[in-house]
Amino acid sequence: MTSSTIGLMIAVFVASFVECVEAFTIVLAMGLTRSWKAAIAGTITALVALALVVVLVGNSIGSYINASVLQLLIGTLLLIFGLQWLRKAVLRSSGLKALHDEEAIFKEEQEAARRAGRETKAGLDWFAFVVSFKGMFLEGIEVAFITVTIGLSARDDNPDALFHASMAALAAAPVVLVMGLIARKPLSKVPENALKFSVALMLVAFGVYWAAEGIGYFSPSKESFEWPTGKWALVWLLGGWSLISYIAVRALKRYHNARGLSIHSTAASKTSV
Amino acid sequence: MRFIKGFFQFWYDFIVGDCWQIALGVVLVLGLGAWLARGEIVSKTAIPPIVGIGIVAVVLASLLITSKPKAKH
Repeated sequence: MTSSTIGLMIAVFVASFVECVEAFTIVLAMGLTRSWKAAIAGTITALVALALVVVLVGNSIGSYINASVLQLLIGTLLLIFGLQWLRKAVLRSSGLKALHDEEAIFKEEQEAARRAGRETKAGLDWFAFVVSFKGMFLEGIEVAFITVTIGLSARDDNPDALFHASMAALAAAPVVLVMGLIARKPLSKVPENALKFSVALMLVAFGVYWAAEGIGYFSPSKESFEWPTGKWALVWLLGGWSLISYIAVRALKRYHNARGLSIHSTAASKTSV
Repeated sequence: MRFIKGFFQFWYDFIVGDCWQIALGVVLVLGLGAWLARGEIVSKTAIPPIVGIGIVAVVLASLLITSKPKAKH
């Protein structure tokens, strides 16, 4: 296994870990407040649906599109998605956006579960089933998106990249489950912002790397470009983006402390979590 | 029709999110890269770093816009 494959798997595993923590909060709230049977059924149904998405989308897209075009399209999507995460992580780190609070979300979900009616379908508490399904599916679709984009873009170097990325994504779920069973409460001590920050840096580095190479499709030869220093460019990109993000966080903190501004007084507070 | 609109809205919110400026900036930078590639205006080795620098500029601009104080009425 090459070092770039290991890097991809780490990025996908950490992304999956963070999203599983968020999904666990919702499923735990439903299980404790309504019905464990319905919560588990909703979670498993969502995981099966996500696996189908990865297999169908991953295998169909990769078969019909020119390699450079695929790199450009997937790299662009990954880059835009990754920059979203990076922007939010920078704003949270600089105090301009509220941190993700698993305890608060858990209490909200429990409150909603207590207020909801008691409808049963197929022998399941339907509210708990639907909320658990939606929670797991919506958090998981981000992981599926990252898995498919990274898996497809890395195929030139590693034909089994999609498989490796999928395995890395799946590996996070039992880890979160075990942690949750031990903690028996929302995993609020997990440093989510730090983890999302590191995943965002990796997604942006990979996204820039592949999108820029895919631009080669527009050249007369229609072949992907190569970065100076080849694959080592990923290391420079990751290091460069880390440094830029660090400087941005420091600068934003200093600028807003100097003006006595808080998370409620900037345009950043309007942005969704 | 509502289903189709909802489907595209979901994916727009998912990928672009609440900061369309970043998505637009990325597309413009990549468009610039494509133009440089098509016209062979610079060496092909230089294009990826140019694109990388362009993306950095987009992100920094987005952070500056987002972190500005809200306008008082």
